[in-house]
Amino acid sequence: MKKVINAPQNVVSEMLQGMVLAFPEYVRKIDSADVIVRAKPKTGKVALISGGGSGHEPSHAGFVGCGMLDAGVCGAVFTSPTPDAVFEAIKAVKTDEGVLLIIKNYTGDVMNFEMAMEMAEAEGIKVDKVVIDDDVAVQNSTWTVGRRGIAGTVLLHKIAGAKAETGASLADVKAVAEKVVANVRSMGMALTPCIIPEAGKPGFELAENEMEVGLGIHGEPGVRRDTIKPADAIVDELMAKIMADMPVDGQEVAVMVNGLGSTPLMELFIVNKRVNEILTGKGVKIYKTFVGEYMTAIEMAGFSISVLKLDAELKTLLDAQADTPAYKS
Amino acid sequence: MNARDTVALFKLIAKEIEDNKTYLTELDTAIGDADHGINLSRGFGAVLPKLEGEFETVGEVFKTTAMTLISTVGGASGPLYGTFFLKMAGALGKAEIDLSDFVGALEIGIEGVKARGKAQKGEKTMLDVLIPVLDSLKNAATTGIPAKDAFDEALQAAKDGCEYTKTIIATKGRASYLGDRSLGHIDPGCMSSQLMVKAAAAFLGGKA
Repeated sequence: MKKVINAPQNVVSEMLQGMVLAFPEYVRKIDSADVIVRAKPKTGKVALISGGGSGHEPSHAGFVGCGMLDAGVCGAVFTSPTPDAVFEAIKAVKTDEGVLLIIKNYTGDVMNFEMAMEMAEAEGIKVDKVVIDDDVAVQNSTWTVGRRGIAGTVLLHKIAGAKAETGASLADVKAVAEKVVANVRSMGMALTPCIIPEAGKPGFELAENEMEVGLGIHGEPGVRRDTIKPADAIVDELMAKIMADMPVDGQEVAVMVNGLGSTPLMELFIVNKRVNEILTGKGVKIYKTFVGEYMTAIEMAGFSISVLKLDAELKTLLDAQADTPAYKS
Repeated sequence: MNARDTVALFKLIAKEIEDNKTYLTELDTAIGDADHGINLSRGFGAVLPKLEGEFETVGEVFKTTAMTLISTVGGASGPLYGTFFLKMAGALGKAEIDLSDFVGALEIGIEGVKARGKAQKGEKTMLDVLIPVLDSLKNAATTGIPAKDAFDEALQAAKDGCEYTKTIIATKGRASYLGDRSLGHIDPGCMSSQLMVKAAAAFLGGKA
C-alpha cells in the first residue's frame, strides 16, 4: 500500500480537519461527531443531511453549502456512520421546517440512518428520508437488498438542495427528491481496485488486461469481469443497460460522467464524447453535462455514467444557484 | 453467570475478534466491502474500557456493550450486533442467570436482528449461525446438561452454520449483489458470530 497518510485509523479525522481549514468560509465540523455543517447556517428551510462511509470525496461533505446540503455525516472509510453520528447531525442542523435524510441504498446506511431517525422522532424532531438506488448494474429483485446508490446521489443533492433553499415544505422537498430517484440511472466500471487504508490491500484483484463491469463504489466486486475493451465499447455497454432500464428517446437529460478516483479527465472526456453520440443518436437533448470527480472510490481507476431525465421543474432546480466546496453553479 | 462473569466473557469475545480481525476482513473482502474485522475490532476495542465499571445485573453489561457497539461500529454489523445485545439486555435484568435465561434472551435478540435486518434464516447472514445456536442451546436446556457442554454443542452448530453459508447464495446485505458469485464463501457475519460462541464455550470451559 502506497498512500500519503499518517496513521490509517486517523485518515477521516485528519481529512476533515484539512478540509475545514481549506474551506472555512463554507464549512465547519461539529465537536460531537464527524459531521460537516455549513459555516453560515440557514434557517427557515428544510435541512438536508446526507452521508455515508468516507472514501467517496468530495461526497458528501464537499457538497455542504448554499443550495445543496446542510450537513454531511462522514463514517469510517466505506463504513456507514453510526446512528449517533447521524443523530448529532440532525440535532446540529434541524429547523422548524424539518429534516430530510438522503440515504444511499446499502444495508448498513439504511439501518444506521433509520435508527437515527427513530432517535430524532423520539425527541419530537420532524424528520423524513429518501433512499436513492440509481445503480442499474445490480438487479432490483427479491433476491438482493435492491439497487445501490452511487453517483446519481450528487444530482439528488443538487436538486433537493435547490428545492429546500426555496423554503419549500418537507413534503415538497421529499417529493422532488423522489422524482430524482425515479428518473436517475447510473452504472460504473473499474480498471483497478482501491485500498481501504486500514485493510492495507485491495478488495479485489484485476489482471493487467481485465476490467470489472458494474462495480459499486466500495471496492466490492462488480457483476462481471471481462477483458478490457476500447472506451466506446465500454460506454456502449453501460449506456445500453441504463437506457434499457429507463428509456430516454426524445427526452431531455442531464449527464454525469464521474471519475472514481484515479481516472484522468482525458479519459472521462473520451467517455463523455461517446455518451453524447449515443444520446444524440436517440434524439435525446442533453441539457447539462457534468464531467469530473463527484463520487469516488478512493483511488479506484474507472468511472460511472449517470443519466437524469429532466422536466421543467428539475431543469430550474438544476440551474439554481449553489455554492459549496465541490460544486458551484 | 453473574455480571462479573459477563464482563469476563465480553473481554474474551473482544480478544477473539481482535485476534481474528484480519481473517474476518479477508472473508468480507471476498463477498462484501472488506471492513468487517476492522469495524468489529474498533467496536469491541471501545467496549473494553466501558466494562471497567461496576455492574449490578447481567443485562447492564449487555446494554453497555450494545450501546458502545451502536455508537462505534457503523456499517451493517454495528446496528445488527448492537440491536442483538440490546434486545438481550432487556431480558437479562438479573444479578445471576442460568442457561434457560440465556436461551430466552437469545431468542429475543435474534428476533431483533431479524427485524432490524429484515432477514430470515437461509439468506447468508449471521442468522445462519445464531438460529442453529439457539436451537442447539434450547435443546440442551431441556435435557439439563451442564452449560459448558451445551456451549460445546452450540459451537459445533455454529461451525456447521458457517459451513452451510458456503453452499447458499446471499440475498441480504452487500453480498447479495454478487448473485451466485457469493457461493463457496463463508458469510463474515456468521464467522464473527461463531467466534462469539467460541469465546462463550471457552469461557465456560475455563470456569468449569
